Amino acid sequence: MVSGVIKVDHLLTKMAEDLTTLIKVRQLDNPMVIGIHTGGVWLAEHLHQQLGIESPLGTLDISFYRDDFSRAGLNPKVQPSALPSATEDRHIILVDDVIMSGRTIRAAMNELFDYGRPASITLVTLLDLNRRELPIQADVTGDTLQLADDEQVKLTGPVPLALEIRKKDNP
Amino acid sequence: MFEQQDPNLIQLNSAGQLKHFLTTEGLSREMLTEILDTADSFVDMSAQQVKKVPLLRGKTVVNLFFEASTRTASTFELAAKRLSADVLNLNIKTSSTSKGETLKDTLMTMEAMHSDMFIVRHSDSGAAHYIASNVTPHVAVINAGDGRHAHPTQAMLDMLTIRQHKGGFEHLTVAIVGDILHSRVARSQIHALRTLGAREIRVIGPTTLLPRHIEALGVTVYTDMCQGLKDVDVVMMLRLQKERMQSALLPSESEFYSLYGLTEEKLKLTHPDSIVMHPGPINRGVEIETSVADGPKSMILKQVTNGIAVRMAVMSMAMGGQMTDHQAERESE
Repeated sequence: MVSGVIKVDHLLTKMAEDLTTLIKVRQLDNPMVIGIHTGGVWLAEHLHQQLGIESPLGTLDISFYRDDFSRAGLNPKVQPSALPSATEDRHIILVDDVIMSGRTIRAAMNELFDYGRPASITLVTLLDLNRRELPIQADVTGDTLQLADDEQVKLTGPVPLALEIRKKDNP
Repeated sequence: MFEQQDPNLIQLNSAGQLKHFLTTEGLSREMLTEILDTADSFVDMSAQQVKKVPLLRGKTVVNLFFEASTRTASTFELAAKRLSADVLNLNIKTSSTSKGETLKDTLMTMEAMHSDMFIVRHSDSGAAHYIASNVTPHVAVINAGDGRHAHPTQAMLDMLTIRQHKGGFEHLTVAIVGDILHSRVARSQIHALRTLGAREIRVIGPTTLLPRHIEALGVTVYTDMCQGLKDVDVVMMLRLQKERMQSALLPSESEFYSLYGLTEEKLKLTHPDSIVMHPGPINRGVEIETSVADGPKSMILKQVTNGIAVRMAVMSMAMGGQMTDHQAERESE
């Protein structure tokens, strides 16, 4: 059940500005944008376009790298990860829709390192749910949100992008 | 021969997930489709530069081969290694006497090495089932071929190949040709094709190489290959199992070839878009003409590639999501 919808346009504008500044300050030369399936890819496409980044967009599906595989099993519809060029010594901008425990980002970084040693990774997330279980923080965040225990949030898209807050079916 | 029970009592865990993979018989269409979907993910992964994922890191997989095999053993090994498991290959030739006891001793030895999964190939029907009934609960067993009974991963890699090229099963007429009698591959294929909803399944072979009552599996029997091949979408050839032929079931190989070998001429009788499959190893000039085996309709090498993906899929399904009730309780505390 959907209990609320957050418009994201103004958040995206703010994130693009923050990210542009960060790229300048950190001197991230020729950065490579990589989105995490599925919401992160939509967001990455948007930022990639808005920032006019030349290097083609990469996508990651971290299903094979999840740390709850022995408990939860495998999602049968894993999308292929597609990194269009070598990540070795590149400045990576890693994009996901929501950061919560930090475990997805941990898995994504493990997968990235299987492809090579990047020069740096900058993390961009639309929403921070502030429930970290690992010492991982985003460099650019659209907004921070405190959810009730029986609520979850989902990015819908790809066009238009919106955040839906839903009541869990079985809390 | 080992005693047979309902395979799904042991193949599935209490949550209905795959625990062992012993036979395609009795598994639901949803389960077979889940295996194919998961395998598709690994097909994509195997095309990447880094062909390794950490799903089975720290697990030990034992290839327990009581019967000779090259491609099945090596693709299982490669599949396990691409999932980051440690692999032990054991080729055990057994005498035909006192197998039950020997098998149990072998198992206990392997379990003492803290193995997590057994891949079993055995010349006796039911061997994998017997092993699955006797292992400790955390060990998964995958059947890599038992006697004349089943070869489920071969059948599923065939289904994956068909689905990739035909999109589905409902509209298909499939012919299985050759030595049906000795073929565990044919049995597993028939069960899988029926469950996945193939429109028509034909078996083609000489009366001496057709099991009695094969019609009970829901297939149409043809002893004339030219009639049987008419308009079929998929031709699945079988290997002539010379090593399993105890009596004179065939007059000669050349006569078999002239009646049941797949030649360019006979292939013309099939649907124009038909595909040709063979589980390998192929006997050129015995079951299949060289130009057909190497021709544009041939899926033989594609099947080998798909074999790795299907084996990765069933291995990860049998090891993933298997938290026992005991573990679940401990974690929720």
